[in-house]
Amino acid sequence: MKIIEVENLTKKFKKFTAVDSISFDVEKGEIFGFLGPNGAGKSTTIRMLTTLLQPTSGTARVAGFDIIKDSDEVRKHIGLVAEKIILYNHLTALENLEFFGRLNHLPIEVIKERANKWLLRLDMEQWKNQQAGTYSTGMKQRVNIARALLTEPEILFLDEPTLGLDPQTAHHIRTFLQELNENGVTIILTTHDMIEAETLSRRVAIIDHGKIAALDTVLNLKKVIKDKKNPTLEDVFLNITGFGIRDTLQKIVSGPKGPHFGGTSQNRVR
Amino acid sequence: MRTLSDILQIAKKDLLEFTRDRLRLITFVIMPIFMMVLVGFIFPSQNTLKNISIGLNNNDNSEASKQLVNVVENLEVTQSNKAFKVTEYKSVNDIKAAIKKQEVSGGFAISADFSENIKNNQQANVVIVEDQSNPQISAITSQTLSKVVEGFGQQLGIQKVNKILVTKLPISSDKGKNPGLAFVSPIKTQLEGIIPGEPNYFEFVAPGIMAMVVMTAVLTGLAASVSREKEQGTLDGILISPISRLSIILGKTLSQSIRGLVQGMIVLLLAIFLFGVTIHGSILLVALLLLLGIFSFVGLGILVSASAAEQETATQMLFMFQFPMLFLSGAFFPLQQMPVIMQRIAHILPLTYAIEALRKVVILGAGIADVQKEILILSGIGIVTLFFAVPIFKKLITR
Repeated sequence: MKIIEVENLTKKFKKFTAVDSISFDVEKGEIFGFLGPNGAGKSTTIRMLTTLLQPTSGTARVAGFDIIKDSDEVRKHIGLVAEKIILYNHLTALENLEFFGRLNHLPIEVIKERANKWLLRLDMEQWKNQQAGTYSTGMKQRVNIARALLTEPEILFLDEPTLGLDPQTAHHIRTFLQELNENGVTIILTTHDMIEAETLSRRVAIIDHGKIAALDTVLNLKKVIKDKKNPTLEDVFLNITGFGIRDTLQKIVSGPKGPHFGGTSQNRVR
Repeated sequence: MRTLSDILQIAKKDLLEFTRDRLRLITFVIMPIFMMVLVGFIFPSQNTLKNISIGLNNNDNSEASKQLVNVVENLEVTQSNKAFKVTEYKSVNDIKAAIKKQEVSGGFAISADFSENIKNNQQANVVIVEDQSNPQISAITSQTLSKVVEGFGQQLGIQKVNKILVTKLPISSDKGKNPGLAFVSPIKTQLEGIIPGEPNYFEFVAPGIMAMVVMTAVLTGLAASVSREKEQGTLDGILISPISRLSIILGKTLSQSIRGLVQGMIVLLLAIFLFGVTIHGSILLVALLLLLGIFSFVGLGILVSASAAEQETATQMLFMFQFPMLFLSGAFFPLQQMPVIMQRIAHILPLTYAIEALRKVVILGAGIADVQKEILILSGIGIVTLFFAVPIFKKLITR
């Protein structure tokens, strides 16, 4: 069963086309990898699918609802771990979770129960009454994931969730995502980490210059590489997107007007 | 119900976050205090006429001139506070030199023929020297000095006229009657205000500061708060929840309004207890007017916060509005003093109406009926700007 259906989705920022008429489907219960070089359009696509950005044209259905017409309904079925951590530094982990739980109209008992459950599972229980500003990036990201799971969504979008984390935390999060998926959560994951994409996802889409350059299972994609024994996903990725480094300069991205690129730095290069 | 609860949740979160940030909390309290104390003490008023150093050059060592000097030296504007500290100089030029050195803020010189002229029924001469580098202090000093000298002269005149009347005309010199006064000054003027006592500059300026502090705090607070969340990414967390965009705006506005009102109260308390301002109208009406003032600004705040990507941009954009508003709204200077064109511009600004209404209530004790025009205008501006701002906010935030 298809849980996400994307049809000719396009996003233009003035003259620059960030996402160029892409179409793909995501099956219910799969971990779908979304790969691409910097500025390829991954984050822009995720933001459109999570109703945070209005598409220029085309549309998509998420959990059976149109992202433009039924954006409120879409929001009820999704969780988002965006590029930037969605936590208030001056609030404790519990206070953060309570606030976002309330905004999702969950009863306080349910919020408390779920918050404790996820914090415990993500090894953040002991820190739950400390302000988020005192956490390390890894700790913040774990609470951030707990926040995205408060509504126990059917679909979880993660935009580079392990970027900048130490291998231990990254591994911890990956294992946790697999566990979530085994419990029926559909996961859409963007990442630059090829090993992460390979271990987690069954199918991956490689997006470049706003278009989908390849979409298949990791196994099938690897078959394309003929000149190498045991090719990796990185070989596939470089074969499709090329070896050229994407660092032509662009204007400083400032807020909603600019395209959303992956990575951590504020001003990225296209 | 849900909308209301969403609004409250957002406001509560904002306030909780705010109270945890110690630096922001400190500046929040200090800002209105600074404003009040600065404006209260730096702007001169009759009350500020305290121990002002002036120079004296007395070329006539008669009884009459000594009396005049005595009157000036002992002038008290407020109780047991001498207005002037008089230093003697040898010539008018010495006084001028002292002004240049900023040793004194003015002075007066009594000519050598002072008592001689008085005796011979000629006009005697007193020169008042002013410090043009400080027009405000100079105006108050010279005005007060002129008044004192004129008053002294008038007394001398009355004495003379009384003498003539008693000796030349058959007018009895009964006690209590002062025919000389009626001759020298045939008309008596009397000031009558709406409220008892004399308002000072501070009473004029306090409502202005209150409105300004509250409204600019809410305006910048609102814009900064939305753009900060946008910059940090937390706004996505709110936007992705199934709540209406209006609740977000109203929640943010509510928390900022609470903060604004608290600051307004700080200003009010300082005005009352530190500067002796009497509130003649209802405090509730003051609060209502402040809230309406805030309401009239929310639309602008939302537009700025939605269009600015970063907090810094938002603050800069708002500064562009705030700076002229500070001068044009009549917070510090009466609008009537401005050229007509400026007055017209001033009447586009909501702050002007809020200040005018607050002034009426605070100083003159006006009731709700007296400020209904301002109430209508402020609500009108608020409704119209919100009407445009909310859909634009929705669009900008997902563009």
